[in-house]
Amino acid sequence: MGYGNLIVSSSPHIRSEETVQRIMLDVIIALLPATAASIYFFGMRALAITITSIVAAVAAEAVIQKIRNKPVTINDGSAVITGLLLALTLSPAMPLWMVAVGAVVAIGIGKQVYGGLGCNPFNPALVGRAFLIVSFPVHMTTWLSPVDGVTSATPLGMIKMEGIKTGYMELFIGNVGGSLGETSALLLILGGLYLIYRGIIDWRIPVFYLGTVAAMTMVLGHDPLFHLLAGGLMLGAFFMATDMVTTPITPVGRIVFGIGAGVLVVIIRLYGGYPEGVLFSILLMNIFTPIIDKFIRPRLYGEVKAK
Amino acid sequence: MPMNLLTFRGGVHPPHNKHKTEHLALIKARVPGLVIIPLQQHIGATCEPVVKVGDGVKLGQKIGEPKGFVGAPVHSSVSGKVVAIEKRPYPGGGMVQSVIIESDGLDTLYENIKPVGKLENLTADHIKSIMREAGLVGMGGATFPTHVKFSPPPDKKIDTIILNGAECEPYLTSDHRLMVEKPEDVVNGIKAMMKAVNVDKGYIAIEENKPDAIKAVTQAANGEENIKVVTLKVKYPQGAEKQLIKVCTGREVPSGGLPMDIGVIVNNVGTAVALACAIDTGMPLVERIVTITGSGIKEPQNLIVRIGTPFADVIEQCGGLEEGIGKIIQGGPMMGIAQYTMEVPVIKGTSGILVLKEEDLELAPELPCIRCGKCVDACPIGLIPTKLDGFASKGMLQEAEEYNAVDCIECGSCSFVCPAKRMLVQRIRLIKADIMAERRKAKQA
Repeated sequence: MGYGNLIVSSSPHIRSEETVQRIMLDVIIALLPATAASIYFFGMRALAITITSIVAAVAAEAVIQKIRNKPVTINDGSAVITGLLLALTLSPAMPLWMVAVGAVVAIGIGKQVYGGLGCNPFNPALVGRAFLIVSFPVHMTTWLSPVDGVTSATPLGMIKMEGIKTGYMELFIGNVGGSLGETSALLLILGGLYLIYRGIIDWRIPVFYLGTVAAMTMVLGHDPLFHLLAGGLMLGAFFMATDMVTTPITPVGRIVFGIGAGVLVVIIRLYGGYPEGVLFSILLMNIFTPIIDKFIRPRLYGEVKAK
Repeated sequence: MPMNLLTFRGGVHPPHNKHKTEHLALIKARVPGLVIIPLQQHIGATCEPVVKVGDGVKLGQKIGEPKGFVGAPVHSSVSGKVVAIEKRPYPGGGMVQSVIIESDGLDTLYENIKPVGKLENLTADHIKSIMREAGLVGMGGATFPTHVKFSPPPDKKIDTIILNGAECEPYLTSDHRLMVEKPEDVVNGIKAMMKAVNVDKGYIAIEENKPDAIKAVTQAANGEENIKVVTLKVKYPQGAEKQLIKVCTGREVPSGGLPMDIGVIVNNVGTAVALACAIDTGMPLVERIVTITGSGIKEPQNLIVRIGTPFADVIEQCGGLEEGIGKIIQGGPMMGIAQYTMEVPVIKGTSGILVLKEEDLELAPELPCIRCGKCVDACPIGLIPTKLDGFASKGMLQEAEEYNAVDCIECGSCSFVCPAKRMLVQRIRLIKADIMAERRKAKQA
């Protein structure tokens, strides 16, 4: 007949262009402005921390997958994101070996023990950061001023401990003490908008997360704009609370997640022992993701049963 | 009444790829030398052959009679001689008992075929018997016998007929060309259908990307107060029955129910034209429009093909195959069925023959789900495909049932959008079949 072996498989026979790799690449692209700003503000230390974190995360992923006798999937870009995100949550004063430990824990305990990509209940980068906070509390809370490079407190630390408020403009541009990536709200928002435009993240999570923080701080008599711009909230809202793997899968579930995380941030910031609450707000809401997904489902077409 | 650019929740936007054939006028395919007419081209009971090997048959002569009520007779699409009655590969899968007829090329018409008369003079029962005797089935691909659809139990009051001209499957243009070239038959067909169940509300729904079809049908329906032409937004699966009903009437088919439960009957525009033709000429369903297209076809076309013509014969009339073909599909790329041989015949439900090159089919390996939720957003029914995928992989029937696996319409939107290239609808189909089998077992026990 002149035709060779026909492929026979079940429909659909065409697929969209979208790939996991492309999604991960978009997230990396969205994080680049904030990463560049951290290098601009904090210099080569920031670059060294970023590279260390990414290399350690990717190496940990490859080694663990080799040990587990699984295909090595470092090309999917997810380990790069974990490394990059972790770096952006760290102080520029952090010793590099601690950075590497954090990245290895993020990938090892945050992701691979559960079976790798898609299986982890918690955001791996935040697991790494939580580990570092508990293990090296002093280093994790020693911050540098981007202006003169000397030790300084973060805006949230200053307002909590000393009652000094940093100006909005400095917060917005990022010329303040803090972790690498949390300083410039402007560039984080830009990156986040890019991800929303590309359809990678659901706008509902950042909008309801940030909205809840604004509304709740206002009701409790605090400055909402300061709380939105200070600390890691922008980084968390656009890049961590939106992590697909660890957040609800339905639109309504994501709204619940955003509101829950917002409430937790405000409680921790205003009444907790830590000046910053973004890390724990997201990790705690990660715990609730399975139960949110269990109870919040899309409306079924024709939900009324047939007579 | 909402009339403009209506659409539904969810869905996807696959590339249309209709440009190769959407402006090509219908051409009659040559009379095949041999036809293979399966005795079951519909959902329901297989037909008993009413001819024997060696018999002479004429064009339009009945050659198979269904054993039960749910079934449709089949007719000879050529005049000639029955050379065999045996199992042959069937485009819907498997082997089906088929009547093989060698054509004499004369197209001698069967004596009983003559015009039935004007629609005005026909009763509802008369129209239904024409539907049955003409062997009409749903020509969108589902091939449910039309006369059965039009015979609902007395407690189901039908008040609306919808004609489906959405043609949301990429590549296919057979319904499009039909509406452009035979708009009067489309309108006559829906009028006959409305009369068959005595309803006064008819909709003809067409996607926005066929402006010439919308124009032609609107003109043909001019003056028919009970018939509305509805323009739909271009989105897949806009032509899925449940989505179409929701868009036109605002009603939802209850989960586990049928359109007739909410007073609606949906038909493909091709079925309406076949009915109009059966009334006008008395000719049963012996030919249909087939779009032959795709990267693997040298000269894509919309052909009017006799039922029973082997795919190989049809493809040859379109310049043949390109080098390096990967799949030959009956129907469109989203829900069509991949064939393992070109010996299968065109049947009543063959809306297209799509040939794709191997390079179009390259599929990245399946990765773990990253829970991006794109399948949830795409599902027009409101399912969580990735969850069902998990249940199906582990054979968790009960959980899959609780998550409404059986409501899946198998449109494939979830698999289409999945960035991890997971076999979502494919596994849901499997677990759906398992659940239905369990239910049947429980019923019998």
